[in-house]
Amino acid sequence: MNIVVLMKQVPDTETEVVINADGKAIDMEDVRWVINPYDELSLEEALLIKEANENCTVTVLIVGTENDKEAIRMAYAMGVDKAVLVNHETDEDAYLATDAFTTAKIIAKALETIPHDLVIAGQRAVDDDNYQVPSFVAKFSGMPMISNVIKQRISGNTLTCEQSLDRGTVVLETKLPALFTTQKGINEPRYPAFRAIMKAKKRLVDERDVDDIGLSKEELGQNGALVTIQSIAYPPKRDQGVVIQGKTPEEKAEKLLKLLKEEAAVI
Amino acid sequence: MSRNIMVITEQMEGIFKKLSFEVLSEAKRLAKDLGATVTAVVIGSNIKTLAGSLAAYGADKILAADDPLVEKYKPCEYANAVTSIIRSASPDMVLFCGTIQGREMAARVAAGLETGLAMECIGLAIENDRLVARRPLYGGKVIATVDIKGSPQMAAIRPNVMEITENENPDAVVKTVAVDTGDVKVKVLEHKLKTSTKVELTEADHIVSGGRGMEDAENFALLEELAALMGGAVGASRNAVDAGWRPQGDQVGQTGKVVSPKLYVACGISGAMQHIAGMSTANTIVAINNDPDAIIFKIADYCIVDDLFKIVPAVTQQMKKIKAA
Repeated sequence: MNIVVLMKQVPDTETEVVINADGKAIDMEDVRWVINPYDELSLEEALLIKEANENCTVTVLIVGTENDKEAIRMAYAMGVDKAVLVNHETDEDAYLATDAFTTAKIIAKALETIPHDLVIAGQRAVDDDNYQVPSFVAKFSGMPMISNVIKQRISGNTLTCEQSLDRGTVVLETKLPALFTTQKGINEPRYPAFRAIMKAKKRLVDERDVDDIGLSKEELGQNGALVTIQSIAYPPKRDQGVVIQGKTPEEKAEKLLKLLKEEAAVI
Repeated sequence: MSRNIMVITEQMEGIFKKLSFEVLSEAKRLAKDLGATVTAVVIGSNIKTLAGSLAAYGADKILAADDPLVEKYKPCEYANAVTSIIRSASPDMVLFCGTIQGREMAARVAAGLETGLAMECIGLAIENDRLVARRPLYGGKVIATVDIKGSPQMAAIRPNVMEITENENPDAVVKTVAVDTGDVKVKVLEHKLKTSTKVELTEADHIVSGGRGMEDAENFALLEELAALMGGAVGASRNAVDAGWRPQGDQVGQTGKVVSPKLYVACGISGAMQHIAGMSTANTIVAINNDPDAIIFKIADYCIVDDLFKIVPAVTQQMKKIKAA
Protein backbone atom coordinates (compact mmCIF):
# COMPACT_ATOMS: atom_id res chain seq x y z
CA MET A 1 0.00 0.00 0.00
CA ASN A 2 1.27 3.47 -0.84
CA ILE A 3 0.55 6.22 1.61
CA VAL A 4 1.25 9.88 0.90
CA VAL A 5 1.34 12.34 3.78
CA LEU A 6 0.82 16.04 3.06
CA MET A 7 2.98 18.25 5.19
CA LYS A 8 3.90 21.87 5.67
CA GLN A 9 5.86 23.96 8.12
CA VAL A 10 4.28 26.74 10.13
CA PRO A 11 5.74 29.42 12.38
CA ASP A 12 6.20 28.11 15.91
CA THR A 13 3.45 29.46 18.20
CA GLU A 14 5.98 31.21 20.39
CA THR A 15 7.49 33.10 17.44
CA GLU A 16 6.76 36.79 17.47
CA VAL A 17 5.02 37.85 14.32
CA VAL A 18 6.06 41.11 12.65
CA ILE A 19 4.16 42.63 9.76
CA ASN A 20 6.24 43.58 6.70
CA ALA A 21 6.57 47.10 5.41
CA ASP A 22 4.22 46.19 2.56
CA GLY A 23 1.48 45.36 5.06
CA LYS A 24 0.54 42.17 3.21
CA ALA A 25 2.75 39.52 4.76
CA ILE A 26 4.80 38.80 7.84
CA ASP A 27 8.56 39.05 8.05
CA MET A 28 9.84 35.49 7.65
CA GLU A 29 13.40 36.41 8.67
CA ASP A 30 13.44 35.41 12.35
CA VAL A 31 10.61 32.91 12.26
CA ARG A 32 11.18 29.57 13.94
CA TRP A 33 9.53 26.87 11.86
CA VAL A 34 7.91 23.67 13.06
CA ILE A 35 5.92 20.95 11.35
CA ASN A 36 2.22 21.84 11.39
CA PRO A 37 0.97 19.97 14.50
CA TYR A 38 -1.84 18.27 12.59
CA ASP A 39 0.67 17.05 10.00
CA GLU A 40 2.63 15.37 12.80
CA LEU A 41 -0.56 13.42 13.52
CA SER A 42 -0.74 12.49 9.81
CA LEU A 43 2.88 11.28 9.77
CA GLU A 44 2.35 9.23 12.90
CA GLU A 45 -0.84 7.64 11.61
CA ALA A 46 0.84 6.73 8.31
CA LEU A 47 3.73 5.14 10.20
CA LEU A 48 1.33 3.20 12.45
CA ILE A 49 -0.42 1.83 9.36
CA LYS A 50 2.96 0.97 7.86
CA GLU A 51 4.01 -0.87 11.01
CA ALA A 52 0.81 -2.90 11.00
CA ASN A 53 1.02 -3.86 7.33
CA GLU A 54 3.47 -5.56 5.02
CA ASN A 55 4.55 -3.86 1.86
CA CYS A 56 3.69 -0.34 2.82
CA THR A 57 5.50 2.77 1.64
CA VAL A 58 5.10 6.19 3.20
CA THR A 59 5.97 9.25 1.13
CA VAL A 60 5.85 12.75 2.54
CA LEU A 61 4.88 15.50 0.11
CA ILE A 62 5.55 19.19 0.70
CA VAL A 63 4.85 22.20 -1.48
CA GLY A 64 7.38 24.68 -0.22
CA THR A 65 10.94 25.89 -0.37
CA GLU A 66 14.51 24.98 0.66
CA ASN A 67 13.44 25.89 4.18
CA ASP A 68 11.17 22.87 4.31
CA LYS A 69 14.04 20.40 4.13
CA GLU A 70 14.22 20.71 7.91
CA ALA A 71 10.74 19.26 8.23
CA ILE A 72 11.53 16.56 5.71
CA ARG A 73 14.50 15.52 7.81
CA MET A 74 12.22 15.13 10.84
CA ALA A 75 9.80 13.08 8.76
CA TYR A 76 12.64 10.78 7.65
CA ALA A 77 13.80 10.51 11.25
CA MET A 78 10.28 9.46 12.26
CA GLY A 79 10.41 6.73 9.62
CA VAL A 80 8.97 7.80 6.26
CA ASP A 81 10.42 6.11 3.19
CA LYS A 82 10.40 8.86 0.60
CA ALA A 83 10.11 12.61 0.41
CA VAL A 84 8.96 14.82 -2.42
CA LEU A 85 9.45 18.57 -2.24
CA VAL A 86 7.74 20.63 -4.90
CA ASN A 87 9.63 23.88 -4.75
CA HIS A 88 7.23 26.66 -5.61
CA GLU A 89 9.78 29.42 -5.16
CA THR A 90 11.08 30.26 -8.61
CA ASP A 91 12.23 33.45 -10.28
CA GLU A 92 8.63 34.29 -10.93
CA ASP A 93 6.25 34.87 -8.04
CA ALA A 94 3.51 33.78 -10.37
CA TYR A 95 4.27 30.16 -9.54
CA LEU A 96 3.73 30.54 -5.81
CA ALA A 97 1.07 28.57 -4.01
CA THR A 98 -0.79 31.57 -2.67
CA ASP A 99 -3.97 30.08 -1.25
CA ALA A 100 -5.64 26.71 -0.66
CA PHE A 101 -6.81 26.48 -4.28
CA THR A 102 -3.36 27.03 -5.80
CA THR A 103 -1.62 24.87 -3.19
CA ALA A 104 -4.03 22.03 -3.89
CA LYS A 105 -3.50 22.36 -7.64
CA ILE A 106 0.21 21.82 -7.15
CA ILE A 107 -0.31 18.91 -4.76
CA ALA A 108 -2.79 17.21 -7.08
CA LYS A 109 -0.40 17.60 -10.02
CA ALA A 110 2.42 16.07 -7.99
CA LEU A 111 0.15 13.20 -6.90
CA GLU A 112 -0.34 12.25 -10.55
CA THR A 113 3.16 10.81 -10.52
CA ILE A 114 3.33 9.54 -6.94
CA PRO A 115 1.55 6.21 -6.42
CA HIS A 116 -1.04 6.62 -3.69
CA ASP A 117 -3.73 4.42 -2.21
CA LEU A 118 -4.18 6.65 0.77
CA VAL A 119 -3.45 10.33 1.32
CA ILE A 120 -3.37 11.67 4.87
CA ALA A 121 -3.50 15.40 5.61
CA GLY A 122 -3.87 17.51 8.74
CA GLN A 123 -7.36 18.91 9.25
CA ARG A 124 -5.84 22.35 8.83
CA ALA A 125 -2.61 24.30 9.08
CA VAL A 126 -2.34 26.43 12.20
CA ASP A 127 -0.80 29.39 10.38
CA ASP A 128 -3.75 30.03 8.11
CA ASP A 129 -6.61 28.05 9.75
CA ASN A 130 -7.99 27.52 6.27
CA TYR A 131 -9.18 23.88 6.39
CA GLN A 132 -9.41 23.85 2.58
CA VAL A 133 -6.37 22.23 0.98
CA PRO A 134 -7.57 18.65 1.65
CA SER A 135 -10.98 19.14 0.05
CA PHE A 136 -9.53 20.81 -3.05
CA VAL A 137 -6.90 18.07 -3.36
CA ALA A 138 -9.61 15.41 -3.05
CA LYS A 139 -11.67 17.14 -5.73
CA PHE A 140 -8.77 17.61 -8.16
CA SER A 141 -7.52 14.06 -7.62
CA GLY A 142 -10.97 12.50 -7.81
CA MET A 143 -10.73 10.92 -4.36
CA PRO A 144 -13.33 10.68 -1.61
CA MET A 145 -12.46 12.58 1.56
CA ILE A 146 -13.19 12.05 5.24
CA SER A 147 -12.24 14.84 7.60
CA ASN A 148 -11.45 15.31 11.29
CA VAL A 149 -10.62 11.68 11.92
CA ILE A 150 -9.85 10.40 15.40
CA LYS A 151 -9.78 6.71 14.53
CA GLN A 152 -9.28 4.80 11.29
CA ARG A 153 -9.15 1.22 10.10
CA ILE A 154 -8.25 -0.21 6.70
CA SER A 155 -9.52 -3.62 5.70
CA GLY A 156 -8.66 -4.62 2.15
CA ASN A 157 -9.87 -1.75 0.04
CA THR A 158 -12.20 -0.29 2.64
CA LEU A 159 -11.35 2.67 4.83
CA THR A 160 -13.50 3.12 7.94
CA CYS A 161 -13.10 6.29 10.00
CA GLU A 162 -14.58 7.90 13.04
CA GLN A 163 -15.08 11.61 12.42
CA SER A 164 -15.20 13.98 15.37
CA LEU A 165 -17.92 16.67 15.29
CA ASP A 166 -19.10 19.22 17.86
CA ARG A 167 -21.66 16.95 19.50
CA GLY A 168 -20.09 13.52 19.15
CA THR A 169 -18.81 11.38 16.30
CA VAL A 170 -19.92 9.77 13.04
CA VAL A 171 -18.57 6.50 11.68
CA LEU A 172 -17.91 6.66 7.95
CA GLU A 173 -16.75 4.28 5.29
CA THR A 174 -15.27 4.65 1.83
CA LYS A 175 -13.10 2.85 -0.70
CA LEU A 176 -9.43 3.47 -1.42
CA PRO A 177 -7.87 5.46 -2.96
CA ALA A 178 -9.08 8.06 -0.48
CA LEU A 179 -7.94 11.03 1.60
CA PHE A 180 -8.60 11.62 5.26
CA THR A 181 -7.64 14.45 7.58
CA THR A 182 -6.40 14.08 11.12
CA GLN A 183 -7.78 15.51 14.36
CA LYS A 184 -6.07 15.69 17.72
CA GLY A 185 -6.72 12.52 19.67
CA ILE A 186 -6.00 10.17 16.76
CA ASN A 187 -2.54 9.35 18.09
CA GLU A 188 0.49 10.63 19.98
CA PRO A 189 3.24 11.46 17.46
CA ARG A 190 6.57 9.78 18.14
CA TYR A 191 9.55 11.97 18.79
CA PRO A 192 12.51 10.59 16.84
CA ALA A 193 15.80 9.84 18.56
CA PHE A 194 18.64 12.33 18.06
CA ARG A 195 20.62 9.73 16.13
CA ALA A 196 17.75 9.22 13.74
CA ILE A 197 17.57 12.96 13.13
CA MET A 198 21.31 13.07 12.43
CA LYS A 199 21.12 10.08 10.08
CA ALA A 200 18.24 11.70 8.26
CA LYS A 201 20.54 14.51 7.08
CA LYS A 202 21.92 12.16 4.45
CA ARG A 203 18.55 11.16 3.02
CA LEU A 204 17.67 12.30 -0.47
CA VAL A 205 14.78 14.55 -1.27
CA ASP A 206 13.04 14.21 -4.61
CA GLU A 207 12.93 17.88 -5.42
CA ARG A 208 10.78 19.16 -8.24
CA ASP A 209 10.24 22.65 -9.53
CA VAL A 210 6.69 23.80 -9.77
CA ASP A 211 7.30 25.46 -13.11
CA ASP A 212 8.20 22.16 -14.68
CA ILE A 213 5.40 20.20 -13.06
CA GLY A 214 3.01 21.11 -15.84
CA LEU A 215 1.03 23.99 -14.40
CA SER A 216 0.84 27.40 -16.06
CA LYS A 217 1.49 30.75 -14.44
CA GLU A 218 -2.12 31.81 -14.89
CA GLU A 219 -3.31 28.93 -12.72
CA LEU A 220 -1.07 29.84 -9.80
CA GLY A 221 0.17 32.81 -7.79
CA GLN A 222 -1.99 35.84 -7.19
CA ASN A 223 -3.59 35.28 -10.59
CA GLY A 224 -4.83 31.81 -9.88
CA ALA A 225 -5.69 32.25 -6.21
CA LEU A 226 -9.32 32.45 -5.16
CA VAL A 227 -8.69 34.13 -1.81
CA THR A 228 -6.10 36.92 -1.79
CA ILE A 229 -4.79 39.14 0.98
CA GLN A 230 -5.51 42.86 0.68
CA SER A 231 -3.70 43.73 3.87
CA ILE A 232 -2.89 42.43 7.32
CA ALA A 233 -2.94 44.28 10.64
CA TYR A 234 -2.34 43.60 14.31
CA PRO A 235 -5.42 42.95 16.42
CA PRO A 236 -6.25 45.35 19.28
CA LYS A 237 -3.62 44.86 21.95
CA ARG A 238 -4.68 43.34 25.24
CA ASP A 239 -2.88 44.48 28.34
CA GLN A 240 -2.96 43.51 31.96
CA GLY A 241 -5.86 45.09 33.74
CA VAL A 242 -6.44 45.16 37.46
CA VAL A 243 -4.83 42.95 40.09
CA ILE A 244 -7.53 42.33 42.67
CA GLN A 245 -6.27 42.76 46.20
CA GLY A 246 -7.84 41.51 49.40
CA LYS A 247 -7.11 39.99 52.77
CA THR A 248 -9.22 36.89 52.25
CA PRO A 249 -10.38 34.85 49.26
CA GLU A 250 -13.93 35.93 50.07
CA GLU A 251 -12.94 39.57 49.85
CA LYS A 252 -11.26 39.06 46.50
CA ALA A 253 -14.22 37.08 45.20
CA GLU A 254 -16.62 39.81 46.24
CA LYS A 255 -14.54 42.49 44.55
CA LEU A 256 -14.22 40.41 41.40
CA LEU A 257 -17.92 39.77 41.02
CA LYS A 258 -18.72 43.40 41.69
CA LEU A 259 -16.37 44.42 38.89
CA LEU A 260 -17.70 41.76 36.54
CA LYS A 261 -21.23 42.93 37.18
CA GLU A 262 -20.81 46.69 37.30
CA GLU A 263 -17.69 47.45 35.30
CA ALA A 264 -17.46 44.68 32.72
CA ALA A 265 -21.21 43.98 32.67
CA VAL A 266 -20.61 40.33 31.84
CA ILE A 267 -22.69 38.78 34.60
CA MET B 1 -31.77 41.00 -11.17
CA SER B 2 -31.78 41.34 -7.43
CA ARG B 3 -28.70 40.24 -5.53
CA ASN B 4 -29.05 37.47 -3.01
CA ILE B 5 -27.14 36.33 0.02
CA MET B 6 -27.73 32.74 1.05
CA VAL B 7 -27.17 31.44 4.58
CA ILE B 8 -26.70 27.76 5.30
CA THR B 9 -28.04 27.30 8.82
CA GLU B 10 -27.36 24.43 11.17
CA GLN B 11 -29.82 22.59 13.34
CA MET B 12 -29.76 19.37 15.32
CA GLU B 13 -32.86 17.61 16.58
CA GLY B 14 -35.00 20.64 15.92
CA ILE B 15 -32.78 23.16 17.66
CA PHE B 16 -30.82 25.73 15.68
CA LYS B 17 -27.19 26.32 16.52
CA LYS B 18 -27.01 29.87 17.89
CA LEU B 19 -24.45 30.64 15.21
CA SER B 20 -27.22 30.26 12.61
CA PHE B 21 -28.91 33.39 14.01
CA GLU B 22 -25.58 35.23 14.15
CA VAL B 23 -24.84 34.46 10.50
CA LEU B 24 -28.38 35.26 9.41
CA SER B 25 -28.23 38.61 11.23
CA GLU B 26 -24.93 39.40 9.53
CA ALA B 27 -26.35 38.43 6.13
CA LYS B 28 -29.22 40.83 6.75
CA ARG B 29 -26.78 43.65 7.54
CA LEU B 30 -24.75 42.97 4.40
CA ALA B 31 -27.90 42.65 2.31
CA LYS B 32 -28.92 46.13 3.36
CA ASP B 33 -25.58 47.50 2.11
CA LEU B 34 -25.85 45.55 -1.12
CA GLY B 35 -29.54 45.98 -1.79
CA ALA B 36 -29.98 42.23 -1.70
CA THR B 37 -32.44 39.66 -0.42
CA VAL B 38 -31.54 37.00 2.13
CA THR B 39 -32.32 33.32 1.67
CA ALA B 40 -31.90 30.94 4.59
CA VAL B 41 -31.44 27.21 4.02
CA VAL B 42 -32.47 24.65 6.62
CA ILE B 43 -31.46 21.01 6.20
CA GLY B 44 -33.08 18.16 8.09
CA SER B 45 -36.20 16.08 8.41
CA ASN B 46 -39.63 17.49 9.33
CA ILE B 47 -38.13 20.94 9.60
CA LYS B 48 -40.67 23.08 7.79
CA THR B 49 -42.07 24.67 10.93
CA LEU B 50 -38.61 25.10 12.37
CA ALA B 51 -37.54 26.75 9.11
CA GLY B 52 -40.38 29.23 9.41
CA SER B 53 -38.99 30.51 12.70
CA LEU B 54 -36.09 32.10 10.79
CA ALA B 55 -38.45 34.85 9.65
CA ALA B 56 -37.69 36.34 13.06
CA TYR B 57 -34.18 37.17 11.87
CA GLY B 58 -35.26 38.82 8.66
CA ALA B 59 -34.90 36.04 6.09
CA ASP B 60 -36.82 36.92 2.94
CA LYS B 61 -36.96 33.40 1.63
CA ILE B 62 -36.44 30.20 3.59
CA LEU B 63 -35.64 26.97 1.81
CA ALA B 64 -36.48 23.84 3.75
CA ALA B 65 -34.35 20.98 2.44
CA ASP B 66 -36.59 18.45 4.12
CA ASP B 67 -35.87 14.73 3.75
CA PRO B 68 -35.48 11.81 6.17
CA LEU B 69 -32.20 11.04 4.37
CA VAL B 70 -30.68 14.20 5.83
CA GLU B 71 -32.19 14.05 9.29
CA LYS B 72 -28.68 13.82 10.77
CA TYR B 73 -25.42 15.21 9.44
CA LYS B 74 -23.90 13.24 6.59
CA PRO B 75 -20.81 14.80 4.99
CA CYS B 76 -21.44 13.98 1.33
CA GLU B 77 -25.22 14.20 1.35
CA TYR B 78 -25.25 17.61 3.04
CA ALA B 79 -22.53 19.06 0.80
CA ASN B 80 -24.18 17.69 -2.32
CA ALA B 81 -27.61 18.98 -1.30
CA VAL B 82 -26.23 22.45 -0.60
CA THR B 83 -24.27 22.48 -3.86
CA SER B 84 -27.42 21.57 -5.75
CA ILE B 85 -29.42 24.30 -4.00
CA ILE B 86 -26.71 26.86 -4.80
CA ARG B 87 -26.67 25.80 -8.44
CA SER B 88 -30.46 26.27 -8.68
CA ALA B 89 -30.71 29.50 -6.75
CA SER B 90 -27.50 31.17 -7.96
CA PRO B 91 -26.92 33.37 -4.91
CA ASP B 92 -24.17 35.96 -5.12
CA MET B 93 -22.81 35.06 -1.71
CA VAL B 94 -23.17 32.07 0.57
CA LEU B 95 -22.45 32.23 4.28
CA PHE B 96 -21.82 29.13 6.40
CA CYS B 97 -21.72 28.51 10.14
CA GLY B 98 -18.11 27.95 11.22
CA THR B 99 -18.82 24.84 13.25
CA ILE B 100 -16.86 21.64 12.62
CA GLN B 101 -19.53 20.32 10.24
CA GLY B 102 -20.18 23.76 8.77
CA ARG B 103 -16.53 24.23 7.90
CA GLU B 104 -16.37 20.79 6.35
CA MET B 105 -19.50 21.44 4.33
CA ALA B 106 -18.23 24.84 3.18
CA ALA B 107 -14.88 23.35 2.11
CA ARG B 108 -16.56 20.52 0.22
CA VAL B 109 -18.95 22.92 -1.52
CA ALA B 110 -16.15 25.36 -2.40
CA ALA B 111 -14.14 22.51 -3.89
CA GLY B 112 -17.15 21.23 -5.79
CA LEU B 113 -17.94 24.64 -7.25
CA GLU B 114 -14.27 25.70 -7.47
CA THR B 115 -15.11 29.03 -5.91
CA GLY B 116 -13.50 31.24 -3.25
CA LEU B 117 -14.19 30.56 0.41
CA ALA B 118 -12.91 32.63 3.32
CA MET B 119 -12.85 30.44 6.42
CA GLU B 120 -12.99 31.47 10.11
CA CYS B 121 -14.26 34.98 9.35
CA ILE B 122 -14.59 37.48 12.16
CA GLY B 123 -15.80 40.34 9.99
CA LEU B 124 -17.51 40.85 6.65
CA ALA B 125 -18.06 43.92 4.50
CA ILE B 126 -19.17 44.92 1.03
CA GLU B 127 -16.60 46.68 -1.16
CA ASN B 128 -17.55 47.54 -4.73
CA ASP B 129 -20.49 45.17 -4.50
CA ARG B 130 -18.18 42.28 -3.55
CA LEU B 131 -17.79 40.48 -0.25
CA VAL B 132 -14.60 41.18 1.64
CA ALA B 133 -13.71 39.27 4.79
CA ARG B 134 -11.54 39.73 7.84
CA ARG B 135 -9.96 36.62 9.29
CA PRO B 136 -7.20 35.79 11.75
CA LEU B 137 -3.82 34.35 10.78
CA TYR B 138 -1.02 32.88 12.90
CA GLY B 139 -3.33 32.02 15.77
CA GLY B 140 -4.82 35.49 15.81
CA LYS B 141 -1.54 37.40 15.92
CA VAL B 142 -2.58 39.27 12.80
CA ILE B 143 -5.93 39.90 11.14
CA ALA B 144 -6.04 39.67 7.34
CA THR B 145 -8.49 41.45 5.07
CA VAL B 146 -9.12 39.19 2.08
CA ASP B 147 -10.76 39.41 -1.30
CA ILE B 148 -12.79 36.42 -2.42
CA LYS B 149 -12.89 35.48 -6.09
CA GLY B 150 -15.39 33.29 -7.86
CA SER B 151 -19.12 32.96 -7.84
CA PRO B 152 -20.77 32.60 -5.45
CA GLN B 153 -18.39 34.21 -2.97
CA MET B 154 -18.40 32.12 0.17
CA ALA B 155 -17.49 32.67 3.79
CA ALA B 156 -17.68 30.58 6.96
CA ILE B 157 -18.23 32.59 10.13
CA ARG B 158 -16.70 32.08 13.57
CA PRO B 159 -19.13 31.53 16.45
CA ASN B 160 -19.89 34.23 18.99
CA VAL B 161 -18.55 37.07 16.89
CA MET B 162 -21.50 38.51 14.99
CA GLU B 163 -24.36 40.22 16.80
CA ILE B 164 -27.78 38.63 16.66
CA THR B 165 -30.44 41.10 15.54
CA GLU B 166 -34.08 40.17 15.67
CA ASN B 167 -35.81 41.59 12.66
CA GLU B 168 -39.16 39.95 12.03
CA ASN B 169 -40.02 39.68 8.35
CA PRO B 170 -43.79 39.20 8.01
CA ASP B 171 -43.40 38.61 4.27
CA ALA B 172 -40.92 35.73 4.64
CA VAL B 173 -41.73 32.83 2.34
CA VAL B 174 -40.95 29.23 3.28
CA LYS B 175 -40.45 26.82 0.43
CA THR B 176 -39.72 23.10 0.60
CA VAL B 177 -36.96 22.15 -1.83
CA ALA B 178 -35.94 18.76 -3.14
CA VAL B 179 -32.87 17.29 -1.47
CA ASP B 180 -30.41 16.05 -4.06
CA THR B 181 -27.92 13.97 -2.11
CA GLY B 182 -25.97 13.33 -5.30
CA ASP B 183 -23.14 10.86 -5.67
CA VAL B 184 -22.27 9.60 -2.19
CA LYS B 185 -18.74 8.20 -2.04
CA VAL B 186 -18.50 8.29 1.75
CA LYS B 187 -21.16 6.23 3.50
CA VAL B 188 -22.37 6.99 7.02
CA LEU B 189 -22.35 3.78 9.04
CA GLU B 190 -23.33 5.13 12.42
CA HIS B 191 -24.16 8.39 14.18
CA LYS B 192 -22.89 8.80 17.73
CA LEU B 193 -24.21 12.30 18.28
CA LYS B 194 -26.05 13.56 21.30
CA THR B 195 -27.70 16.84 22.09
CA SER B 196 -26.99 18.05 25.54
CA THR B 197 -28.53 20.54 27.90
CA LYS B 198 -24.98 21.77 28.45
CA VAL B 199 -24.11 24.77 26.34
CA GLU B 200 -21.47 24.00 23.72
CA LEU B 201 -18.05 25.51 24.29
CA THR B 202 -17.88 27.66 21.14
CA GLU B 203 -21.40 29.00 21.80
CA ALA B 204 -20.94 29.75 25.48
CA ASP B 205 -21.04 33.35 26.70
CA HIS B 206 -19.29 32.33 29.91
CA ILE B 207 -16.44 29.87 30.10
CA VAL B 208 -14.61 28.67 33.21
CA SER B 209 -11.44 26.97 32.13
CA GLY B 210 -8.87 24.85 33.96
CA GLY B 211 -5.24 24.10 33.35
CA ARG B 212 -2.38 22.21 34.95
CA GLY B 213 -3.06 24.02 38.22
CA MET B 214 -6.24 21.99 38.64
CA GLU B 215 -4.04 19.05 39.61
CA ASP B 216 -6.53 16.31 38.71
CA ALA B 217 -9.77 15.46 36.96
CA GLU B 218 -11.97 15.47 40.08
CA ASN B 219 -11.12 19.08 40.85
CA PHE B 220 -12.84 20.18 37.66
CA ALA B 221 -16.07 19.69 39.59
CA LEU B 222 -15.32 23.08 41.15
CA LEU B 223 -15.30 24.68 37.71
CA GLU B 224 -18.39 22.76 36.61
CA GLU B 225 -20.31 24.22 39.55
CA LEU B 226 -19.27 27.78 38.81
CA ALA B 227 -19.91 27.39 35.08
CA ALA B 228 -23.38 26.00 35.77
CA LEU B 229 -24.24 29.02 37.93
CA MET B 230 -23.21 31.28 35.07
CA GLY B 231 -25.06 29.20 32.51
CA GLY B 232 -21.76 28.60 30.79
CA ALA B 233 -19.34 25.89 29.79
CA VAL B 234 -16.13 24.39 31.14
CA GLY B 235 -12.98 24.60 29.05
CA ALA B 236 -9.54 23.10 29.47
CA SER B 237 -5.96 23.83 28.52
CA ARG B 238 -3.95 21.41 26.42
CA ASN B 239 -2.14 20.23 29.57
CA ALA B 240 -5.39 19.26 31.23
CA VAL B 241 -6.55 17.39 28.13
CA ASP B 242 -3.22 15.65 27.55
CA ALA B 243 -3.23 14.59 31.21
CA GLY B 244 -6.53 12.87 30.52
CA TRP B 245 -8.49 15.07 32.95
CA ARG B 246 -10.85 16.48 30.29
CA PRO B 247 -11.93 15.30 26.84
CA GLN B 248 -10.40 16.71 23.65
CA GLY B 249 -13.63 18.55 22.88
CA ASP B 250 -13.08 20.75 25.94
CA GLN B 251 -9.68 21.98 24.81
CA VAL B 252 -9.35 25.68 24.20
CA GLY B 253 -6.36 26.59 22.10
CA GLN B 254 -4.60 26.34 18.80
CA THR B 255 -5.07 22.57 18.52
CA GLY B 256 -8.42 22.77 20.28
CA LYS B 257 -11.31 25.18 19.92
CA VAL B 258 -11.18 28.93 19.46
CA VAL B 259 -13.71 30.64 21.70
CA SER B 260 -14.95 34.20 21.95
CA PRO B 261 -17.14 34.40 25.06
CA LYS B 262 -18.22 37.48 27.04
CA LEU B 263 -16.29 36.12 30.01
CA TYR B 264 -13.36 33.70 30.16
CA VAL B 265 -12.14 32.65 33.61
CA ALA B 266 -8.75 30.94 33.41
CA CYS B 267 -8.00 28.86 36.52
CA GLY B 268 -4.53 27.44 37.00
CA ILE B 269 -3.64 28.17 33.40
CA SER B 270 -0.19 29.59 32.73
CA GLY B 271 -1.07 31.20 29.42
CA ALA B 272 1.05 29.50 26.78
CA MET B 273 0.75 31.18 23.36
CA GLN B 274 -1.13 28.21 21.93
CA HIS B 275 -3.76 28.61 24.65
CA ILE B 276 -4.02 32.35 24.21
CA ALA B 277 -4.58 31.75 20.49
CA GLY B 278 -7.80 30.04 21.53
CA MET B 279 -9.25 32.70 23.84
CA SER B 280 -7.64 36.09 23.26
CA THR B 281 -10.80 37.50 21.69
CA ALA B 282 -12.89 36.97 24.84
CA ASN B 283 -14.59 40.18 25.90
CA THR B 284 -13.39 39.92 29.51
CA ILE B 285 -10.62 37.70 30.81
CA VAL B 286 -10.20 36.76 34.47
CA ALA B 287 -7.06 34.88 35.48
CA ILE B 288 -6.66 33.02 38.77
CA ASN B 289 -3.19 31.61 39.34
CA ASN B 290 -0.79 31.13 42.24
CA ASP B 291 2.14 32.19 40.12
CA PRO B 292 2.46 35.97 39.87
CA ASP B 293 4.62 35.55 36.76
CA ALA B 294 2.07 33.52 34.84
CA ILE B 295 1.93 34.86 31.28
CA ILE B 296 -1.85 34.80 31.33
CA PHE B 297 -1.83 37.80 33.65
CA LYS B 298 -0.35 39.89 30.85
CA ILE B 299 -3.62 39.78 28.94
CA ALA B 300 -6.14 39.37 31.75
CA ASP B 301 -8.51 42.19 32.62
CA TYR B 302 -8.89 41.00 36.20
CA CYS B 303 -6.05 39.17 37.90
CA ILE B 304 -6.15 37.21 41.12
CA VAL B 305 -2.78 35.95 42.32
CA ASP B 306 -3.90 33.30 44.77
CA ASP B 307 -4.74 29.65 45.29
CA LEU B 308 -7.53 28.72 42.90
CA PHE B 309 -8.76 26.09 45.36
CA LYS B 310 -9.59 28.93 47.74
CA ILE B 311 -10.67 31.52 45.18
CA VAL B 312 -12.95 29.44 42.94
CA PRO B 313 -15.15 28.21 45.83
CA ALA B 314 -15.28 31.78 47.16
CA VAL B 315 -16.33 33.08 43.75
CA THR B 316 -18.94 30.31 43.53
CA GLN B 317 -20.35 31.27 46.94
CA GLN B 318 -20.46 34.90 45.94
CA MET B 319 -22.14 33.99 42.64
CA LYS B 320 -24.83 32.08 44.55
CA LYS B 321 -25.44 35.15 46.73
CA ILE B 322 -25.79 37.37 43.69
CA LYS B 323 -28.22 34.98 42.03
CA ALA B 324 -30.30 34.67 45.19
CA ALA B 325 -30.57 38.43 45.56
